[in-house]
Amino acid sequence: MSTVAKTGFEKKGFGATLWDWMTTVDHKKIGIMYLLGGGFFFILGGIEALFIRWQLLKPQNDFVTAGTFNDLLTMHGTTMIFLAAMPMLFGFMNAIVPLQIGARDVAFPFLNSLGFWLFMLGGLFLNASWLFGQVPDAGWTSYASLSLASDGHGIDFYAIGLQIAGAGTLMAGINFLVTIINMRAPGMTYMRMPLFTWTTFIASAMILFAFPPLTVGLFFLTFDRMFGGAFFDPALGGNTIIWEHIFWIFGHPEVYILILPAFGIFSEIFATFSRKRLFGYASMVFATVLIGFLGFMVWAHHMFTVGLGPTANAIFAVATMAIAVPTGVKIFNWLLTIWGGSIKVTTPMLYALGFIPSFVMGGVTGVMQGSAPLDYQLHDSYFIVAHFHYVIVGGVVLGILAGTHYWWPKMFGTMLSETLGKITFFFFFVGFHMTFFIQHWLGFWGMPRRVWTYMDGQGWNVANAISTVGAISMGIGILVLIINAIMTTVKNEPVANDAWEDGRTLEWALPSPPPFYNFPQTPLVRGLDTVWIEKQEGNEKMYTPAEPLKDIHMPNGSILPFVMTLGLVIAGFGAMFRLEHTWGLPVLIGGIALVFLAMALRSVRDDHGFYVPKHLIAEDQQKYEEGGHR
Amino acid sequence: MKKKTWNGRWIALLALITVVLAGCGNAEISTLQPAGQVGKDQFRLLMIASSIMLFVIFVVVIIYTIALVRFRRSKVGEDFVPKQVEGSHTLELVWTIIPVILVSILAVVTVYYTYKLGDVSAMDAVDEDGDPEHLVVNVTAKLYWWEFEYPNEDVVTSQELVVPVGEKVYFNLISSDVKHSFWIPSVGGKLDTNVENVNKFYLTFDEESNGLKDGVFYGKCAELCGPSHALMDFKVKAVDRDTFDDWIASMQQTDEQSPVVDEQGEQVFAESCIGCHATSGVGVSNGIGESNTMGPNLATFGDRNRIAGYLPHEKEKLKEWVRDTEAHKPGNKMPSFTKEQISDEELDALADYLFGLKVEDDQETKSDR
Amino acid sequence: METNERFTKETWPAHPETATLEGKNKFLGFWLFLGGETILFATLFGTYLALRNSGPSGYEFTTQNLFDLKLVFAMTLLLLTSSLTSVYAIYHLRNYNFRGVQFWMAMTALLGTGFLMFELYEFVHYVKLGFTFGSSAFSSAFFTLVGTHGLHVAVGLVWVTLLILRNAKRGLNLYNAPKYYTFSLYWHFIDVVWVFIFTVVYLMGVIS
Repeated sequence: MSTVAKTGFEKKGFGATLWDWMTTVDHKKIGIMYLLGGGFFFILGGIEALFIRWQLLKPQNDFVTAGTFNDLLTMHGTTMIFLAAMPMLFGFMNAIVPLQIGARDVAFPFLNSLGFWLFMLGGLFLNASWLFGQVPDAGWTSYASLSLASDGHGIDFYAIGLQIAGAGTLMAGINFLVTIINMRAPGMTYMRMPLFTWTTFIASAMILFAFPPLTVGLFFLTFDRMFGGAFFDPALGGNTIIWEHIFWIFGHPEVYILILPAFGIFSEIFATFSRKRLFGYASMVFATVLIGFLGFMVWAHHMFTVGLGPTANAIFAVATMAIAVPTGVKIFNWLLTIWGGSIKVTTPMLYALGFIPSFVMGGVTGVMQGSAPLDYQLHDSYFIVAHFHYVIVGGVVLGILAGTHYWWPKMFGTMLSETLGKITFFFFFVGFHMTFFIQHWLGFWGMPRRVWTYMDGQGWNVANAISTVGAISMGIGILVLIINAIMTTVKNEPVANDAWEDGRTLEWALPSPPPFYNFPQTPLVRGLDTVWIEKQEGNEKMYTPAEPLKDIHMPNGSILPFVMTLGLVIAGFGAMFRLEHTWGLPVLIGGIALVFLAMALRSVRDDHGFYVPKHLIAEDQQKYEEGGHR
Repeated sequence: MKKKTWNGRWIALLALITVVLAGCGNAEISTLQPAGQVGKDQFRLLMIASSIMLFVIFVVVIIYTIALVRFRRSKVGEDFVPKQVEGSHTLELVWTIIPVILVSILAVVTVYYTYKLGDVSAMDAVDEDGDPEHLVVNVTAKLYWWEFEYPNEDVVTSQELVVPVGEKVYFNLISSDVKHSFWIPSVGGKLDTNVENVNKFYLTFDEESNGLKDGVFYGKCAELCGPSHALMDFKVKAVDRDTFDDWIASMQQTDEQSPVVDEQGEQVFAESCIGCHATSGVGVSNGIGESNTMGPNLATFGDRNRIAGYLPHEKEKLKEWVRDTEAHKPGNKMPSFTKEQISDEELDALADYLFGLKVEDDQETKSDR
Repeated sequence: METNERFTKETWPAHPETATLEGKNKFLGFWLFLGGETILFATLFGTYLALRNSGPSGYEFTTQNLFDLKLVFAMTLLLLTSSLTSVYAIYHLRNYNFRGVQFWMAMTALLGTGFLMFELYEFVHYVKLGFTFGSSAFSSAFFTLVGTHGLHVAVGLVWVTLLILRNAKRGLNLYNAPKYYTFSLYWHFIDVVWVFIFTVVYLMGVIS
């Protein structure tokens, strides 16, 4: 049995550091990589958004061509949903959930790494389409008739890139489910789990059931485009509406997969910065479960204008409205959490406070669109653009920004500047409402969405100009955040375990950043907000160990996840160019062979992990107590 | 009495919302100035939904503001430790039941209108003589233009839909290439034109369009369909029933005597255009979506508001369009014509000829009616 | 419990597959994975049911004139039997009888291979008739549904072969017991999916 002497205090060269990150299976490092990878794509998607808004600044603008505009809107949507929002949330899930439940790592560290690399390389594959000049251009929904008619390899990049990234997401979902079910510390019953862990749990369950339909849909699309399939070809009996159903059976739960973890983040922040237990914890949990369940029942409200008939439309309309009830319960629980509390307006709390009115606005417009006959007017107009940005930016992105500021000290061991954080919030929040509020009216005034340009004289000019200015303000906000992150990292001033001083959950009992084995002794959880309880009782350690100090078993790192993903990407290129280049087929087969080789290697070799001996852990603790990292 | 004041408040609130929402947008395209029963129903639904939702927003904002003002740490003191409240069953019941009631109200109204607007059972009704009782229009969406066929009248036209006011007009919708969506915002929306099946719905036009800017309602394609999705506009002329009957009668005669304004232009048309475009508005229906020609029917070209669906209706624009279609409408199916194919002089003649293709009376006579 | 500890029949736990945390995780994770797989196949079944009567106008192939129940019945027997042999293997796994495990796993692989041969024959036969993958929406949906199942069988065969080979010298321990167990779960799942394919595609196809 191998043991190691390293504990994380040693310095390494660049090559060794790179290798360490590429082979790591540590959930905290993978969390950071998810956050940074997702952040990279967030900036990319943001630049695409700015291009879109700049083109629409005035009527008949010629900043980009019609074709490029469709490329931009497709890549903006796809990037933001699959490559920015979800991965950044995964970043927090990875970095925080194991800490919150007192686990050593996730259940499947190897799969965790594989999931990350699938996302990252899948995302890069999708964006490689820009380099080839053949970019997906049928919208993030890629409705079948248009996506089959699209020339070039754009949609192929979409289908294969999302297939790869989607596989990673599915793995992450299963991983978190098992982690949360099997690896909770003693005393951490389900009804003591922090709400972020709960929402991660439900979102993961939704991933498990929502992503397989996407996988199937993308395979159909791939077959039809690249392998002569006939699923969506009406001349051969195919049916394009099937794509719409499959896409939205995935697509609607996906929205909740995004918003639930954001709800979790806000729940933590409201409780922390109100110094008060989350109001109605049990009903919050129940509402989360109910939203997760109903999320699968309403997909056809994206298809009210497809012509499914009044009965189907009526059923899905009523089901859609039902979701408003548990969501409303959540809003009021948050309000009652800050009610009677001691509200400290830090940057994360600012985002949380900004979230409530923004999300309520997005929620009520959602109910309005749930009313099918009204949706006949609003569907595919700028109203829907306003609505889903209110939900996704006002809910998910504000949640991600809040989480970034909130958990930055825990993940990186240093505190983002509060002043710059508030400046970011100001520009982003004002810009956000400026961009999207007026778009509700653009929809009322008859402006369809996804239009590359518009004619003068339809009454849309001023509103579009306002919207564009707002988008620029959002861009400035993000720019300030980037500067903030760089400055903070350069300064690198260490922070205490309980960096915000009002921490309630287990992650705040650990050093910032925590050692790679997390808790030296598995903690004993004594209630909801266990750290708060310990602090109230004057325990400076902030947690009670459930076991004596002993050797800790940890998993080995591996380069195989990266190799497997690389194989898939190579196979993707092969499949795509198979018909026009002779090297296509061998490359396809070679890529798949590489994947299977790596899988076989993984499966045939024994990997028992290693032990960290307890004397090293004790020395480590000594260093922390002497202020090694504080 | 008490009940009355309540009603009064609701009416006042509704009126307020109406003022805020309506009066905005251009009448020819705004959903807030509905000009037909369907659009009006949808607008009424918008008002009901908005009132309920504004009530919700109001409640949230009140609680939120009071909480923020009263419970700041600067107010309650740095050392204040709030009571760790678990929750309150009463409160939780309240904010479950009230939303359930609100949503139920909206749900009932929604279901009612869903069935009302989805009712096309009278579409194929015939009177005692076996003649169809209602006007039916077959709409075929194509990259990037619209064909309108009147199957019972054997008339076909494109880009500008002509309909009578004050009665239900039934539509059969289909697409012949990729999916589009048929939307006339100020009259009522919207239904997709799928590639594999016919969708049916109805609209009514309550106001004549000649009072509007350009004398038409604006129609839009509402489903991303390729580069020129943004330019896939059409126009709607809503006229009284007599004018409509006249128009149909004139259309039915367009195959007999076309009013040729320019003979050289007709020659050019016969050489270069007729393969794709017809100048006769008579089209015996081959079935929904089984269209007669590759390109838009040009029988009413001279009556139209726009060239290629969106350019100003000027001869210069027509010439620019014919010379370079791709620059004007990327991805469209019409080839451009070089000077070798159609000389400048021929193009002038062609423009004169096309602008002479009219079935409507002149503007003066129309307003005389 | 150490994952590579040596055992005797007496010390061997009653449920070796879930005796370690890793085993427990694998056990639960695999069940969840099969949950996702169920949705995947449900989507394929749904699509197949929607498209099974759809082809170009004048299309000659229908579910009635294409399928041969005798062949499919033989395939069903093979796969059901292979499920049974994998149960034997797990029985021996619990009794710490390594040779029994290896033997019955090998039998499972053999029967699975037989099934796959029949399926390949069936597909080749259809293609020869002109019922190719891209000839209609029906054929695309059929080959995708049944082919995805076939692919799962093939992956299972590679998996069990690797298991048998890699453990030949190692014997049973708590590290590889969960691996055998998850394979048998997977194999039962494939079997259940096949029962649905047999019923929905073939039986309902021929009868309706």
